[in-house]
Amino acid sequence: MSDVHKCDKHVLHKSRRKFLKGLAAGIGLIALPGKDASASVWEDFFQKHFRELSKDELRKTLARFEKQYSKQFGKQVTVKATPPLAGVLYGYGLDLSRCIGCRRCVYGCVGENNQSRDPQIHWIRVMQLDKEKGVDLAHAEHYYNPAQVPEKGHFYMPVQCQQCEKPPCVKVCPVQATWKENDGIVVVDYNWCIGCRYCMAACPYGARHFNWAKPALPAKEMNPVTHYLGNRPRPKGVVEKCTFCIQRTREQPGRYPACEEICPVGARKFGNLLDPESEIRYLIENKRVFIFKEDLNTQPKFYYFYAT
Amino acid sequence: MKTLILARPLLLTVALVFVQFLVATTCHADREKFFDSSGKLIVVEKSAAELLRPYEIKNRKSEKTFPVPRPPFSEGIFPCSQCHSGMTPNPQRRVLTDYHTEIVLHHAEGQRWCTDCHNLLDRDKLRLVSGELIDFSESYLLCGQCHGDKFRDWKVGVHGKRTGDWNGDKQYLLCVHCHNPHDPKFKSLKPMPPPQRPGEAKH
Repeated sequence: MSDVHKCDKHVLHKSRRKFLKGLAAGIGLIALPGKDASASVWEDFFQKHFRELSKDELRKTLARFEKQYSKQFGKQVTVKATPPLAGVLYGYGLDLSRCIGCRRCVYGCVGENNQSRDPQIHWIRVMQLDKEKGVDLAHAEHYYNPAQVPEKGHFYMPVQCQQCEKPPCVKVCPVQATWKENDGIVVVDYNWCIGCRYCMAACPYGARHFNWAKPALPAKEMNPVTHYLGNRPRPKGVVEKCTFCIQRTREQPGRYPACEEICPVGARKFGNLLDPESEIRYLIENKRVFIFKEDLNTQPKFYYFYAT
Repeated sequence: MKTLILARPLLLTVALVFVQFLVATTCHADREKFFDSSGKLIVVEKSAAELLRPYEIKNRKSEKTFPVPRPPFSEGIFPCSQCHSGMTPNPQRRVLTDYHTEIVLHHAEGQRWCTDCHNLLDRDKLRLVSGELIDFSESYLLCGQCHGDKFRDWKVGVHGKRTGDWNGDKQYLLCVHCHNPHDPKFKSLKPMPPPQRPGEAKH
């Protein structure tokens, strides 16, 4: 090979590198928000992890979201970040001998927690099971739709996030966008989630749901009382889940979760596991209780029981 | 001097006996003896507070109150006395033909008749088995006479629905808000629509 040829090749190589460099810079410039883009886009992009925000940064972040959502939905939206209460560990009880499978809880939850209507996201799934087979998931049906429930020979088992003490979803998250709070609620920072859906694969209860498209949430139906880690509007491409209505239950006094409030048969119970006077403690101590998929050692704080 | 030498061991023994007496009395005061089923002796230590305050029935805490909404009366039916005050009470067990014909008793109907629960003379009251008259807003006492297990669970909030604040004021519902007292089995409901199957989204 002659020197001239060598030199030519070198020049060519160099120019290709230059070209690629230029291309990358150009694409980068295009991808960056323009001058007219609002400042919140920059702030969204550079926002820190929820647990690394200082008090001041958190206040500013919440104000930014309030402004953004209020504009988006045309009404005053509040975004709280109420921290856990000391001496509280939330527990949930569900009476399988009472549940009639009417799905009021499913839609009560959707209304309270601002889930996407289309594509549809439900945090609660009600399974219809055969009384003869018991809790046998191979024979579970959750698309049942008879004229009247309960149907003869069946019982119903609503499943939602079990707020595990050892949550497998938290273990697999590569960016720590989901974690267990001190009051036992497993939460997601929607601004930190990268949408890899590892947590959905890890969850043995199917309790996590992915926003495949931009969530469709009618402004009229939007619940304006929101929590940063709970029911604030979600962007496309993030995972969401039941938070025991964190926006309600962390208050003092705090309302019962929406699913508990709407249940027409009173099958749903909620309370503080650390309070010996609470109804959740009463039912654990006095009723026949089981936890779902106990063999996986996820240690749920969601207790299914039979009152009769 | 000599007397003092003699008195010293005497004093010592007196003091020793006194100490022993003290120990014995205090030990007996805070201990109680029980025997288990096999006849084994169990000694139970009692706390000072328990020794001071023996259990008295008049000191027992009164049962707490249960805030309930207004009973679910049919339109214009209450107070019952607006019609019944002008009538002569008829305790005879019979088929009703003029009024209340919509009520079909399906609640131990063989053993029961209207005036077992509705008071015969003062119709605005309910009647317990003891003869005690209660308001319609306390009807849980009436139901609790037979359904003691449900009543116990209801009081702690495990049977039936409670709303309000989990760490604050709670609202109870009366038994009759969910169960028709004349036909108490919970009625079936139309379920809300099932979830979309994957791929059914309109998007």
